[in-house]
Amino acid sequence: MAAEIIRLVDVSKVYGTGDATVHAVDDVSLTVKEGDFLAVMGPSGSGKSTLMHILGCLDVPTSGEYRFAGEDVSRMNERELASIRNRRIGFVFQQFHLLASMSAWRNVELPLLYRAARDRRQTALNALAQVGLTGRVQHRPNQLSGGQQQRVAIARALVTDPTMILADEPTGNLDSKASREVLDILTSLNKSGHTIVLITHDPNVAGVAERVVEMADGRLRDRVAA
Amino acid sequence: MNLLRTFDTGMRGLLGHRLRSILTTLGILFGVAAVICTVGIGTASADSVNSRIAALGTNLLTISPGSTTSFGVRGGSGSANTLTMEDVTGLEDKQDAPDVAAVAPVVSGTATLVSTSTNWSTTVQGTTPGWLTANARSLSGGVFFTQQQVDKHAQVVVLGTTTAQDLGVTVGSQVSISGAPFDVVGILTASGSTGFTNNDDLAVVPITTAQDQVTGGSPDSVQRILLSATSSATIGSAYLEADQLLLETHHITNSASADFNITSASTLASTAASVTTTLTILLASVAAISLLVGGIGVMNIMLVSVTERTQEIGLRKALGATPRDLLRQFLIEAATLSFVGGLLGVGAGLLAGILVPRLANIAVTITPTPVIIAVVVAAGVGLIFGVYPAARAARLAPIAALRAE
Ligand SMILES: Nc1ncnc2c1ncn2[C@@H]1O[C@H](COP(=O)(O)OP(=O)(O)OP(=O)(O)O)[C@@H](O)[C@H]1O
Ligand SMILES: [Mg+2]
Repeated sequence: MAAEIIRLVDVSKVYGTGDATVHAVDDVSLTVKEGDFLAVMGPSGSGKSTLMHILGCLDVPTSGEYRFAGEDVSRMNERELASIRNRRIGFVFQQFHLLASMSAWRNVELPLLYRAARDRRQTALNALAQVGLTGRVQHRPNQLSGGQQQRVAIARALVTDPTMILADEPTGNLDSKASREVLDILTSLNKSGHTIVLITHDPNVAGVAERVVEMADGRLRDRVAA
Repeated sequence: MNLLRTFDTGMRGLLGHRLRSILTTLGILFGVAAVICTVGIGTASADSVNSRIAALGTNLLTISPGSTTSFGVRGGSGSANTLTMEDVTGLEDKQDAPDVAAVAPVVSGTATLVSTSTNWSTTVQGTTPGWLTANARSLSGGVFFTQQQVDKHAQVVVLGTTTAQDLGVTVGSQVSISGAPFDVVGILTASGSTGFTNNDDLAVVPITTAQDQVTGGSPDSVQRILLSATSSATIGSAYLEADQLLLETHHITNSASADFNITSASTLASTAASVTTTLTILLASVAAISLLVGGIGVMNIMLVSVTERTQEIGLRKALGATPRDLLRQFLIEAATLSFVGGLLGVGAGLLAGILVPRLANIAVTITPTPVIIAVVVAAGVGLIFGVYPAARAARLAPIAALRAE
């Protein structure tokens, strides 16, 4: 049996106070095992991104318990959280979040700057090859198509060989062909052993996952994949 | 992340905004250049004032007539002719004034000197043999006139080098002063100029002869009395002895109403030194303020940079940057801006040190200390003003930063 990588117990995230209180994530419990491919679906504003930020150790829950690979995240300081983000998790965002002033390979190299790494350039080039961008390593983001930019972002997420890749609407800004390419890459990454959590509002996209959970108004319920 | 990599990252950050980085650097550049230049000008003027004052001879005291009070109206300084040969005799007394080495009464006027080849108008000083010692002068040729020659109203003259050259005369030649024939008995060694006075353009004659031929006036009254102390250590006591003696001979009980002034080159030197120091401090603080303004410019730009790069900061945090990594990155950016500005400022300051004397005829003496201080201060200013923006970057919550537009 595969090891548990994520364990959420009654996790809530509350924004604001009084009348303006928003339960972005409401009493969510969830377990994800190493090697899983999970899709989180739900309409806009249902709390998907908030959940992902908690999973990615970018945000702390208001209440509840979060264990990442068995360790209690709420007890960790900034340094330890940074280290988990750097070593164990790869992020892919809807808006790509590439640094405009850097070439593709420099962008991919970024996470390697925050750890002891040798041959950073070669490692970055290998990651770019994995997403089929060998010919674009010197291009700046503004010289790349949206699909190519998202593939650079995926290369950046996988360059550290993380345990888990968190993708928040990775296809949200892409056409169907580019979406297909991105999903294919994620699927093959899952095949090679990476845990993937994919956030989307599109059932077709969620279809590539082995397991789909649905969010509505901050609450989570399991749904059997079609 | 190790320092070298942070440095690399910082440099990339700066190069990503080239124009902005250059403009920020300029602020520091001008600040540092201004500090170096003004301190250089201050140092140079202090040097020149000091050397001019040293040329006066620091053992020298000059007694000049003071103001007189007649019918309750105080005249200006020098309005009286209160110094007499009697004062001179009194001061020469070794008993009353043991610390006075030499005394020389002086009367002076302007006269035209005529040699066989040309004529030349210059200052003629009438004095006694004590003049040479009192002024710390020496002769490059011939002899000074003696007391006997003074007593006999001898028509002999000692010339400054410039005067001798311009007249084309040497020891043994004859010149005429105001129409009377004089023998040139000595030539003074060159001594340079003090302020606007050329110490090498003058003619020195016995005081008696000067009163006869040049200045006129009562044979008893003198315009100034020069004194030299036995050493620079005794100048204070020489001053007191002279002061005491003259108050007695002039029957003045209240020293505040003295009808003479005694000035010394060393009081002049310390006054001048404090004036130039004040001036240098004033100039340097104006320059330091411009350095401060440059530093605030660095802070401003770093704040803009942090705000503008909020998303980048959020992303870097998501990718594993610790608050410390970001603090260092932004500090290095700020320090680099000001350090590079500081180095370029040194270059500009040195260049100005070469150009200013040529273009504006102002001397600039650049010494290493202000240069080093300026660069260190510049880098420090960058660091200090970089701390706040950098801390802001480091403190940003990753989520808020990522969501920022
Ligand atoms: N910083 C915040 N302060 C206050 N409310 C917030 C904050 N961030 C999110 N919310 C609220 O939390 C709820 C969930 O937001 P979230 O971004 O997680 O939704 P989402 O499911 O990702 O939506 P979308 O599909 O549009 O991206 C929303 O109602 C949102 O307004
Ligand atoms: Mg979202």
